[in-house]
Amino acid sequence: MMRIAEALESFKPHRGDAIVVPGRGGKFWVELTQDPLLDLPLGDPAMGGHAGFALGLALAQPNRKVVLFDSEGDILMSLGMLTTIAEQAPANFYHFLLDNEVYATTGGQPVPNAKNVKYDRMALAAGYPRAQAFDKLDDFDRALPMIMGGPGPVFVALKVYPEIENAPIGQRRRWNTRSRTQVVADLQAKLGIAG
Amino acid sequence: MSEASLSPETVLAEMKKNGVSHIVWLPDSETNWLYLLMKAEPSLTLVGVSREGHACSIASGLAAGGAKPMILIQNTGLQESGDSLRGWLLSMNVGCVMMVGYRGWTRHGVTTDTAATYTEPFINAYGLQYYFVENDADAPRISVAFEEAAKTKKPVVVLVGDEFHGFNR
Repeated sequence: MMRIAEALESFKPHRGDAIVVPGRGGKFWVELTQDPLLDLPLGDPAMGGHAGFALGLALAQPNRKVVLFDSEGDILMSLGMLTTIAEQAPANFYHFLLDNEVYATTGGQPVPNAKNVKYDRMALAAGYPRAQAFDKLDDFDRALPMIMGGPGPVFVALKVYPEIENAPIGQRRRWNTRSRTQVVADLQAKLGIAG
Repeated sequence: MSEASLSPETVLAEMKKNGVSHIVWLPDSETNWLYLLMKAEPSLTLVGVSREGHACSIASGLAAGGAKPMILIQNTGLQESGDSLRGWLLSMNVGCVMMVGYRGWTRHGVTTDTAATYTEPFINAYGLQYYFVENDADAPRISVAFEEAAKTKKPVVVLVGDEFHGFNR
């Protein structure tokens, strides 16, 4: 297993000018990013939708890489999304999964069949042309040039340590300093899109 | 096609007139002919989903990236989409049109299909503006819905009450 922050730190040098949707890794990514205007740290608008949002971005911006850090809870809630992504097959879409095997934001209860699900195989079965899984940071680190250097869509499952939150949601530290609409407006301004 | 029904050609013309780039959709029982027309239209990209809530997050991403999506689903799927509608469209200020087949609606008002029973209460619960379209004469309301969505930055629903004619041939 690896820590989420370590996985994101490994990814960072390979980002280039990609748009990054950090998903539930957002609170770690905002501490690492060097180009926040190309980031979309949205928190959790509605569970299960990060992959769809990132797919939409990838389709709308086909000439720019879109990188998503998804979670297994989100993926399990929207498994059919994998087939939609595979059918659209955006060559600029890089789908990373932070699999901590639990619902970390609700206290760490396991997701269904937590230790036995092979998400990379699910992605391949859904039609992704490339998928890999890593549970060691060194292996992931070595594979990143090939992952990011090749075409998408690609799916990369990472086993990460659960970093569980038990405080009531209203009492948690707010890590995102921008509203969702501001985050989108900032991206659109950076890309020259009329909002 | 007579004005007594909503022709798929009319719907396609409204999509093109309003600059739609992507149709995010899940087929319902009445959209087969429209599907063939959309598929043949080079200005449209079709994004098929397997559950209607997915359409909300995809449309949100498309809009963030500068595209102009339209959602095409049935009222059953609209009701399935509640949390995604809240989180990915309303909380993100996405002004897109959702064209929703009004399954179970009848002109005489006798509804035996609960899909229809809960449709308008559901829309009202989310505070969405909606327009009813039954035939070609109503089609300009689709453009009104696009204008409203752009102005309010909220999803606007077009309810299609033309279930048993017009879309299939």
